[in-house]
Amino acid sequence: MEILLASAVGLLTAAGTYLILRLRTFPVIVGLSLLSYAVNVFIFASGRLTIGHPPIITKGAIEYTDPLPQALVLTAIVISFGMTAVIVMMSLGAFLESGTDRIDTDEPETPEGDAP
Amino acid sequence: MSLALIVALPFLGALLPGLMIRSGRNVAAMVTGTVTASALLGLAMHAPAVLWGEVITTRISWLPMLGLDVSFYLDGLGLLFAGLILGIGLLIILYARFYLSNKDPMGVFYSYLLLFQGAMVGIVLSNNILLLLIFWELTSLSSFLLIGYWKHLPEGRQGARMALTVTGLGGLAMIAGMLILGQIAGSYELSVIVTQAAAIQASPLYLPALLLILLGCFTKSAQFPFHFWLPHAMAAPTPVSAYLHSATMVKAGLFLMARLWPALSGTPEWFYLVATTGLVTMVLGALIALFKDDLKALLAFSTVSHLGLITMLLGLGTEAAARVAVFHIINHATFKAALFMTAGIVDHEAHTRDIKRLGGLRTLMPVTFVIATVASLSMAGIPPLNGFLSKEMMLEEAAHTVWAGMPWLFALVATAGALLSVAYSFRYIVHVFLGPVRPDYPQKPHDPGFGMWAAPAFLTLLVVLIGLFPMPMTAWLVDAAASAVTTVRQHVHIAHWHGFTPALFLSVAAVAGGAAVLAGHARWAVVWNTARRPEAKRIFEALVEGAAQVASRLTDRLHDGALSRYLAIFAASATGFGVWAWSGGSSLRMPVHLTAIGPVDLAAWASVVVATLAILAFHLVLVSVVGLMVSVTFIYLSAPDLALTQISVEVVTAVLLLLALNFLPKETPRESGRARRLRDAIVAGAAGLGVGLLIYALMTSTFLFDTISGYHLSQSKPQGGGTNVVNVILVDFRGYDTYGEIIVLGIAALVIYALTETLLNGPANRKLLAWKPDQKRAGDRHPMMLVVATRMLLPIALMVGVFIFLRGHNQPGGGFIAGLVVAIALVMQYMASGFAWTQARQKVDYHGLIGAGVLAAGLTGVGAWFNGRPFLTSDFGHFKLPFLEEFELATAMAFDTGVFLTVIGAVMLALASLSIIARRAGETVNTEPFDVDPSAGETEEAQ
Repeated sequence: MEILLASAVGLLTAAGTYLILRLRTFPVIVGLSLLSYAVNVFIFASGRLTIGHPPIITKGAIEYTDPLPQALVLTAIVISFGMTAVIVMMSLGAFLESGTDRIDTDEPETPEGDAP
Repeated sequence: MSLALIVALPFLGALLPGLMIRSGRNVAAMVTGTVTASALLGLAMHAPAVLWGEVITTRISWLPMLGLDVSFYLDGLGLLFAGLILGIGLLIILYARFYLSNKDPMGVFYSYLLLFQGAMVGIVLSNNILLLLIFWELTSLSSFLLIGYWKHLPEGRQGARMALTVTGLGGLAMIAGMLILGQIAGSYELSVIVTQAAAIQASPLYLPALLLILLGCFTKSAQFPFHFWLPHAMAAPTPVSAYLHSATMVKAGLFLMARLWPALSGTPEWFYLVATTGLVTMVLGALIALFKDDLKALLAFSTVSHLGLITMLLGLGTEAAARVAVFHIINHATFKAALFMTAGIVDHEAHTRDIKRLGGLRTLMPVTFVIATVASLSMAGIPPLNGFLSKEMMLEEAAHTVWAGMPWLFALVATAGALLSVAYSFRYIVHVFLGPVRPDYPQKPHDPGFGMWAAPAFLTLLVVLIGLFPMPMTAWLVDAAASAVTTVRQHVHIAHWHGFTPALFLSVAAVAGGAAVLAGHARWAVVWNTARRPEAKRIFEALVEGAAQVASRLTDRLHDGALSRYLAIFAASATGFGVWAWSGGSSLRMPVHLTAIGPVDLAAWASVVVATLAILAFHLVLVSVVGLMVSVTFIYLSAPDLALTQISVEVVTAVLLLLALNFLPKETPRESGRARRLRDAIVAGAAGLGVGLLIYALMTSTFLFDTISGYHLSQSKPQGGGTNVVNVILVDFRGYDTYGEIIVLGIAALVIYALTETLLNGPANRKLLAWKPDQKRAGDRHPMMLVVATRMLLPIALMVGVFIFLRGHNQPGGGFIAGLVVAIALVMQYMASGFAWTQARQKVDYHGLIGAGVLAAGLTGVGAWFNGRPFLTSDFGHFKLPFLEEFELATAMAFDTGVFLTVIGAVMLALASLSIIARRAGETVNTEPFDVDPSAGETEEAQ
């Protein structure tokens, strides 16, 4: 299981990083979402993997999974939604104002970068 | 008076002159004088005890963990310097009152002066070297303000900048040196450091610490090769020059060398560094002074020379030399401050300080002439004035000094310095005051009023009195200060006649030679002026220019405004540092039992991989697939709360993206070339590989130390009153974090709202109004099936939300998840029935919801105060109501309500803002429940 999770986190990180390096807003937004997943799962996994022992205190249970990373990640998920929403709104605003969805606009314009 | 109060008085008093200047200049000067006099009085009250050999201390704990305390102590050396700073300060305040013209803002001047005074007193009374460093930097800053006081003069601004750069750089070096010193000595208290001489000098870090500290001292005290800033600082008003550049600030470096003398001196390194620098500075300063035509420049370089003399004496490292150094500090302060003030008077009255345009002032300004002559003769070292006494003693010390095996060299060079000193001192008298009266002064000078010459006259009186009666006038002070420097009880013997000693012959030679040099001054000056010399200002400016160019080139290269470039650099360097840290550390890995791989795990993994690759290849919106797989992973790996949160966030994110993507271009053309893509792929691949390996290494080893999770698990029920540990952590153990996070969430939603409003009021509005949808719209925008289903579901969904909220403390759930579920229930109505229809039926303002949520959480936290507990301490109890089982109520529940409300408000506000844009772009708005009225259709059919 560990190897699957680690490779998935690595893949998500790589894909997210590659996408945020693109020069259009849409891939950057998607890349940020992927990076959020990767980071959240990373933090979650730093508490080690446990199957079938949720951190709910029950009679007779001796073993529990680590609750602290879960608490950290829970708020992180909600905050990353807020951040995604802000980024989406910013890119939408930039597109409507400037007519292009390019990221680094001071680089020479390419023909297809023109406003629709 | 407490020592801390003596230091604080000038700082507090600095506010007064600026305020009191409205009542007139005399009042402002009086107030400033009163502040300084009070501090001086407080100091004087300690004087008897200090002279008796006691050390007065004051300590206020500040940051004890860092070894930084507000700790002051007053011994003989501190008394001498603080006395000089406050006493001469008082005279300067008097002098400045009459010196500054009506156009100069006097309140500001006095405020700056008091700030500087406080910083100086702070330096000399500090017991903690970190505190001393703070005051040290404060003197650099406040002297910058004073030197640049005449803001309209470019020389003033340049001089101030140069002084700040040089002394500031030295200060930085000194911070490093002091930290090393403190580490070696094991304490940042000066009183401890001076007792650790053996440990400090044996340490391999002794030389670096010494070099760094001396760099600070030499820059501050204008020692060669950093002497060049002092003459440029002479663009300051003369009271500033007299105060900072003769009596106080430039002596801060000397003070520190004296203060650390017991800990650092006595080694060959100390001797060759300090004594040689002092000697070179002494001769070079005197030589340059001799050929300066500006009165203040002449005095500035003579100050450089005398500071060199004192540095040299401290560098010799013998107790006798230290005594002479202390004595000369007193003498130099008296005659040099007086001389600066006379230069100021000449400038003030004749409107020039150029020696070439002066001469013959003796009959025009008799009072000034007497003062200047006595002070100059003392500077030249003519008996019986005080300058003679200390110069004689200096030559005596120099005559005993063997430098690099040569017994005569040191004395010879020192005598040369003294000779030049005699020459420029005589020149100050002869070329300015003697000779015939000239017809062409810029303004015909005469003696100023009493107020202006009172201060220099008083200092000159001291020069004479110390000269005539050195033992009763100063021996007690020199004893006390020298004892503090050497940490051994000292008894100085100052006399005019020591017999036919080598010093006497050297002294006679210096006076005679100096007079001879002055006689041939005109010829020497021609040689001097034609010789090629390095121009310090030009070198300094070239260095600054070069540094600025390198800095701006570096900045331009790193900050070219390209976001993708920053991100690439960030990702690459973060990965690089990670690899570096990993390879540098030693890992103690204890392998753990790995969890097995089942077929379901493999399927989930494969979905993530395929979805991610598809996103990369085709830019498809498959993000939600990844999100769903992450939720599944969470629930499989014992994190039900996370799974619930993730899955509800997925829903709102999907809605958000659908709303936004409608307006963004449908195609994403490939921007970057092959090389760029390859570079990005390498960076991204390395980052992914690093992160993957790191988390694999983490997961496959045990914790080296016990985590705090054990505490959370064991105390969740007894202290937090809940069995869902994750929720108890969120609302109780780490409630403060959560409080901050809901505030951030609320701010994010408000930012979105504000952005929308700006867009709708800007140029984008026209674009939106003229918007043509580039894709075919759906025919039936509000399908009846969906409308009916969502309306049926709304009460159920709300009930589920409340249920999840209520059980959250003990079972998976809580404010975050409940808020998201309720938000989804509401968003469904918007999607199914349309914005206007829904908006008309919902009465709650989302802004208000966010505010109410944050307020509820905050008030819950404040409630703990009434219980006498810290902010956000929770409490709970068990209650019984009729017809219900016993249930539990916790204050954490009220906090969770705040979370719940904020999440609903934030999510709804973000989505509503986006949909406002959609409406502006021409979405038709229906206020009817359906686009098609079913009943109308039926009747038509029936007809």
